[in-house]
Amino acid sequence: MSRPPEQRERFYQTGTLAVGGRLLAEEQRTVQAGESRANAITKGHRACQGCGEALGARYVLDAAMRATGGQVIAANATGCLEVFSTPYPESSWRLPWIHSLFGNAPAVASGVAAALRAKGRASEVRVVGQGGDGGTVDIGMACLSGMFERGDDVLYVCYDNQAYMNTGVQRSAATPPAARTATTEPLGGHPGNELGQGKSAPLIAMAHEIPYVATATVAELRDLEAKVIRAMSFRGPRYLHVLVPCPLGWGSDPAQTIRIARLAKETGLFPVFEALHGRLAAVSQIRRKLPVEEYLRPQRRYAHLFADGGRPDLVAALQAQADRNVQRFGLLAEAEPREGDLLHVLADGERGP
Amino acid sequence: MREQIEGSQAVAQAVARCRPEVICAYPITPQTHIVEALSRMVRAGALAPCEFVNVESELAAMSVAIGACAAGARAYTATASQGLLYMAEALFNASGLGLPIVMTVGNRAIGAPINIWNDQSDSMAMRDCGWVQLYAADNQEALDMHVQAFRVAEELSLPVMVCMDGFVLTHAVEPLEVPSQEQVDAFLPAFAPLQLLDPADPVTIGAMVGPEAFTEVRVLAHAKHMQALDAIPRIVGEYEQITGRPSGGLLDRYRCDDADTIVVALGSVLGTLEETIDELREQQGAAIGAVRLKTFRPFPRQELAQAIGDAERVIVLERAFAVGAGGIVTDNVRAALALAPDQAGGPDRARAPDRARAPDPARAPDPARVQDQGRPRLHTVIAGLGGRAITRRSLRGLLRRALAGDLEELYFLDLRAEVVERELERARKGVSGPHAESILRDLRMVMAGPV
Repeated sequence: MSRPPEQRERFYQTGTLAVGGRLLAEEQRTVQAGESRANAITKGHRACQGCGEALGARYVLDAAMRATGGQVIAANATGCLEVFSTPYPESSWRLPWIHSLFGNAPAVASGVAAALRAKGRASEVRVVGQGGDGGTVDIGMACLSGMFERGDDVLYVCYDNQAYMNTGVQRSAATPPAARTATTEPLGGHPGNELGQGKSAPLIAMAHEIPYVATATVAELRDLEAKVIRAMSFRGPRYLHVLVPCPLGWGSDPAQTIRIARLAKETGLFPVFEALHGRLAAVSQIRRKLPVEEYLRPQRRYAHLFADGGRPDLVAALQAQADRNVQRFGLLAEAEPREGDLLHVLADGERGP
Repeated sequence: MREQIEGSQAVAQAVARCRPEVICAYPITPQTHIVEALSRMVRAGALAPCEFVNVESELAAMSVAIGACAAGARAYTATASQGLLYMAEALFNASGLGLPIVMTVGNRAIGAPINIWNDQSDSMAMRDCGWVQLYAADNQEALDMHVQAFRVAEELSLPVMVCMDGFVLTHAVEPLEVPSQEQVDAFLPAFAPLQLLDPADPVTIGAMVGPEAFTEVRVLAHAKHMQALDAIPRIVGEYEQITGRPSGGLLDRYRCDDADTIVVALGSVLGTLEETIDELREQQGAAIGAVRLKTFRPFPRQELAQAIGDAERVIVLERAFAVGAGGIVTDNVRAALALAPDQAGGPDRARAPDRARAPDPARAPDPARVQDQGRPRLHTVIAGLGGRAITRRSLRGLLRRALAGDLEELYFLDLRAEVVERELERARKGVSGPHAESILRDLRMVMAGPV
């Protein structure tokens, strides 16, 4: 058995837009390893190679730990993250962590927050709820909405890999149009996942007018960390929606997770933005807009769009969706960033991403 | 202090005196008066620093309780009926995690047909969810059981469900003794959780457990339930010392000593039942007694077998019904009676070192009679479903029927059998519509056209 090649530690994450590819200033760098890092989810877990969720969770929780001086309690929904991090009797968690059920993580987090208030510890100890897209936008939606509207002091993070990966890649309400899953096979002329279905959890969160809503991807970890730290500066319910590619479910190269996450943003398919109290506040702009095909081709879940003459109609529909996102969110550098109430824009007759 | 007070208000006062830290609830009839009262107390600052969380569903209610309890707060909620079933998944979770939550169930029927009135289908459906289940016979007992429940729960790190019949108890006004804050404080120490989410000492709660340890986790829960069989009488004894009032426990015997017919029942029907027994004893010298079952989970097999002794006839009066099978409580009673005297505690219980209590030989069932002659004869009587009143007249008729040896193995009290027959006949002809509506029409409760 050959030894794996020695892994070089990479200490720096460079930005794509902010400084034109130059090294960021010291204080803006993301430190991937170091003595001061919390490593809230530590090595030894069972995530697949190239798992976007494991990467996202590590950066989210470490940033939350940094923002609170290590005073974080996490409530986790059932799903990949829960399964790969806690195979009894082992645990990758170095923070207090509870897993209860699939659909109740936001309510469990609310309960922890209520207990901290009753114990007079709410000012020092903060609560993070987290789950995948199924646990959040489908089965956990009612508990999430309840946590939002009550104003509970919880940051809820959805790691969105766009299907039920833990059970074998079935469709969720976050599965994008035309994607092949085990329950949306592109058979008999079907496009994969139907067009015109699905929901945007960030826009739903914004409709609750909670203090802070943001989207992010694991391609820009510094941005992700900054958003977590910003989220922790608010009290009340906050929502962070992180796109996390899943090599297994998406049929992508595990070494390409970061690139694919970046392409999701750079094509306009996944808008990266922040909203305060229900209003769009900042948009992460696209430096050079790429055709959606560049994002779709490296993923086998979209292979039917390109095999045997392909489905140019579906590719065009996805391109139209990306173009609409660029318009609606003001994603291009030359475009005027659209300030204001996105839901108002929606009410004018446009469909969500 | 003696007060004229509604059952729900009494429960709210009992819970309040237990110094809860997080109360969460979703409204459902007939639980509402309890949580309304607690909400008012929290709003008025009377329970500070207690938090009251208005949640969006019963699943969320139990989930908030789970999170709160795991973070070290004394947590309470209340529900009924559909609500209990809506939180079913979280009930198993709370007990699997060993979180000592206390919950009131205002017993109510389960639909369809939708029905807001009392029976015990709800908590009986959840009998195996790992919670301790206590059933109150009256409001004094309901009140006392809540205070005891927190002790039992926190001592064993097990959740406890206090079941009280909806409306019959929750909405009934009676004079009750409400323990003082000093009495409750003397009885119930501050919650000292066995597991705690705390950044100072991070733990993982709710890990994934495979075949290598799952059985052991379940057996551990069972062992704790077996410990509860000892803990409950001890805790109830301590409660009596402080309040001067015997209340709650595993079970009580009512005029069983010379009884050859014993009725096993739980909940509010016991009052009516005991009056009927008194009447029949007086009028015709019938040797009837009752066993008041107060703890249904864990099931007190040994105590029940002893209480029944060598009675010839046991009638299990049930306010719930297992469709396709029969009596739920009956099956548990039958299992208890099938035990030989030397294993009346069950193999698991015999191992518990602190269980040295010997079975009372005078009351122990004669195994020969039990096994060879099929004694005692066991009858299931299903009564009071969906709020149908269980009257003294009905019970008198039932017991006379039993004494005459005419009682069927499975009997439905006050059943309108002809209505069922008529609907079955329609179904055979393929002309039946919605069952409940057809039956209501037959009973002339709905004036409508032909089916």
